Amino acid sequence: MKRILVGIKRVVDYNVRIRLKPDGSGIVTDGVKMSINPFDEIALEEALRIRERGGADEVIAISIGTSDAQQQLRTALAMGADRAILVETPSGPDSSLEPLAAAGVLLKLVLREQPMLVILGKQAIDDDNSQTGQILAALWERPQATFASKVELLGETARVTREVDAGLETLEVDLPAVLTTDLRLNEPRYVKLPDIMKAKKKPLEVLPLASLGVSTQRQTAVVRFDPPPQRQKGVMVKDAAELVAALHAKGLV
Amino acid sequence: MSRILIIAEHDGLHLNPGTAKCVSCAAALEGGTITVAVLARDPAAVASQAAALAGVAQVLSVANPANEHPMAAVLAPQIAALAKDFTHVFGPATTFGKDLMPRVAALLGVPQISDIMAIETARRFRRPVYAGNAIVTVEVAAGIQIAGTVRTASFTAAGAGGTAPITAVAPAVVLPTHTRFVSVSAPSSDRPDLQTARRVVSGGRALGSAEGFKLMFALADKLGAAVGASRAAVDAGYAPNELQVGQTGKIIAPELYIAIGISGAIQHLTGIKDARTIVAINKDAEAPIFEVADYGLVGDLFEIVPELGKLLE
Repeated sequence: MKRILVGIKRVVDYNVRIRLKPDGSGIVTDGVKMSINPFDEIALEEALRIRERGGADEVIAISIGTSDAQQQLRTALAMGADRAILVETPSGPDSSLEPLAAAGVLLKLVLREQPMLVILGKQAIDDDNSQTGQILAALWERPQATFASKVELLGETARVTREVDAGLETLEVDLPAVLTTDLRLNEPRYVKLPDIMKAKKKPLEVLPLASLGVSTQRQTAVVRFDPPPQRQKGVMVKDAAELVAALHAKGLV
Repeated sequence: MSRILIIAEHDGLHLNPGTAKCVSCAAALEGGTITVAVLARDPAAVASQAAALAGVAQVLSVANPANEHPMAAVLAPQIAALAKDFTHVFGPATTFGKDLMPRVAALLGVPQISDIMAIETARRFRRPVYAGNAIVTVEVAAGIQIAGTVRTASFTAAGAGGTAPITAVAPAVVLPTHTRFVSVSAPSSDRPDLQTARRVVSGGRALGSAEGFKLMFALADKLGAAVGASRAAVDAGYAPNELQVGQTGKIIAPELYIAIGISGAIQHLTGIKDARTIVAINKDAEAPIFEVADYGLVGDLFEIVPELGKLLE
């Protein structure tokens, strides 16, 4: 059975303007729209396309989070994942796992499911860490191809085009491997209503975090959240000549 | 006392300016000593550039044909072996460092602080989250080695004047062969590099087409500027992805940033927060870009940009 594991993180929706809690302890999430991390949707879409081309037999969506994350896993099942696994963390402040612990949890599931590929988003849009895929690849002692914009499977290997600062880099990696997705890899499909109904019947396994025996002791602590420094609003100029004069005066052109 | 190991980014011949910014970041750790590691096929040229950076106490050079192209799976075990005696291991928060450093942190079993924008103490750092809409201060528990990527836009490059000794080392590790380099696209122009340019001209969806986007290149060439693009312009195919500025593209800090036909989505603004002067040209007077612009000009970019070009001749 050729399997692909996909990571699904529940995050504050892309379009929500976040607000800080007044005491600086975190972000207001009560009553805020939550969604699948956009990069994870791209990861799932890629896995589904590989399966639809016959390159894999099963796509498994995995989330680590509180029971609320079942919503995002149901969405992943509606998109087309065959089954889902939630590693359920206790709710409460500081319940989120650090990347090293999250990768440790994923490794347990990787060893159980023996996938040919693990596809994760290149970063989550909440903590913007961009670490978990690389850490998982290291712990698993397998190749990583991060920031992927094109994936070709060639039997025992994959050829992956990566978005790097210089442009596009292509790597060849032996399978199994870990990929992380960049924005231009694909455009995720929309979920249709009948698929949402079908998704309710698909298997969603819940594993308590404690049952996996992974150390989740935090190595870092959040001291506080602050708003970013604000830029001062500047002046409006009436035409190109006035703009060039202003830039000249400041020695910028 | 902090002992900081910085992983040099380079193209085999030239040290990437991001490395000098990591040196400045490390210098903010009180009483620290800074070592730069250069892993390459032939590290001599890059090692001597690293040794000349002010504040660098030592350069470690690792020569190995396997290091010809920077691949995280190959570099990480060598770096993990070198890192044993250091309190901190830093790399730039470029695609090179973002790919590599978490793999190093994992091999060391230590936490990574991504996108360090300020150092409060040797264990306490500030970094942006939620696309820069919040800044979090994080503290690493005592007695743990710290890996980090440095948000290069937050630091000025260390100057010249260093005369650090260069020591050749050969970490005794077995390197994997499961990851192989195939190719990398050649630089598309001789314009200044977007990440380090003093001036940047950046275009958005309002350019309307790849043809329209050529206006940006023409204006940039008059200014000696690099060209950037919003995600919308890249997604629409007007500009190649390596020009993308923002949360998921490049984070830049030029002296002058000219945003043309860019509305100013929060994900874009996070990439230009540290620009010294921002100019916005947009036909929509309500566009959020004007909230952060030092100079705003409302009008038709297809008239304004050619006029600007003439005025700048």
